[in-house]
Amino acid sequence: MFNTADMLKIFAKHRGDAIVISGRGGKHWITMSDTALDMPLGDPAMGGHSGFGLGLALALPHKKIVLFDSEGDLQMSMGILMTIAEQKPENFYHFMLDNECYATTGGQPVANAKNVKYDQLAAGAGYPRAFAFDSLEKFEHALPDILEKKGPVFVAMKVKPEIENEAIGNRRKWRTRTQPQVVADLKKALQIA
Amino acid sequence: MNDTVANSTTHLSPQTVLDEMKKHGVTHVVWLPDSETNWLYTLMKAEPSITLVAVPREGTAMSIASGLYAGGAKPIVLIQNTGLMESGDSIRGWLLGMEVPIVLMVGLRGWTRHGVTTDTAATYTERFLNAFNINYYLVENDADAPRIDVAFKEAAKNKRPVAILVGDEYHGFGSK
Repeated sequence: MFNTADMLKIFAKHRGDAIVISGRGGKHWITMSDTALDMPLGDPAMGGHSGFGLGLALALPHKKIVLFDSEGDLQMSMGILMTIAEQKPENFYHFMLDNECYATTGGQPVANAKNVKYDQLAAGAGYPRAFAFDSLEKFEHALPDILEKKGPVFVAMKVKPEIENEAIGNRRKWRTRTQPQVVADLKKALQIA
Repeated sequence: MNDTVANSTTHLSPQTVLDEMKKHGVTHVVWLPDSETNWLYTLMKAEPSITLVAVPREGTAMSIASGLYAGGAKPIVLIQNTGLMESGDSIRGWLLGMEVPIVLMVGLRGWTRHGVTTDTAATYTERFLNAFNINYYLVENDADAPRIDVAFKEAAKNKRPVAILVGDEYHGFGSK
């Protein structure tokens, strides 16, 4: 397992002009980049990040779309893997943070937390490329090639849980823009309606 | 074509629905098959300006549609009322939270004009939409097609989802 923030620092060096849906890595990514091409959406409704990423990738086939999903989200909407595989968005890079628990609710384990092979699930669903990393060094070595080749690609990563037990009302609000504002900023930057 | 003319006041033609989609520039149909949408499916599949995105569960359609909208595309969601109710949190968080102007075309399974409803899918559909403050229009036949136009315009104006409840689901078209 490695730290999400350390992984994102490595990713940042290879990001290029990709649109980044920071997902479950949002509170770290926003300290590294908060431009119009960054989409810190928080958690609109659990399980939907991968669908949002697919939709964005289909709408913008000439832009690289990078998503940082989570295993809890994916367990909630596992069928999205089949939809993504069928649509075959070559510009979609589906990274998944697997901390083996629901960190924001106190760290309870997700179903079969330590035994699920998410890369195999993605490959079985039809992703042409799927990887799994539990070592930051191996991730760093493989990342340039992962991003250089066509998607859709799925990358499962074992990350250390950052468990929160504060009452939701007492937690630090890390987002600086509303969801509609994030979308408006992207559209303005890309000059799309 | 004769079927469409003959049934214009008693049935909803899939061609009518497709024409409304094209008129409003729909680029993607995010959908899960309704009980009787196969004739519409056949038409949509043959339409080069529309991409079909099939989902295994309806809630997923809402986040996909939000992403399509964010990227400048114009999606529509085509599902059955059972799936609409399954999608509650995704409608709240993605469509309403992101202010997505979208038409939800919803098969109104179980609905009957005479009001005797034995299918709870129909019993709860309007109540569900009211709970989310989502406006809706009932479409039963081709003569109701202008309501689809109204729904598209209302969604765009208010930056909210608007539902079309399809009271009759393409019965018999193309079956002869």
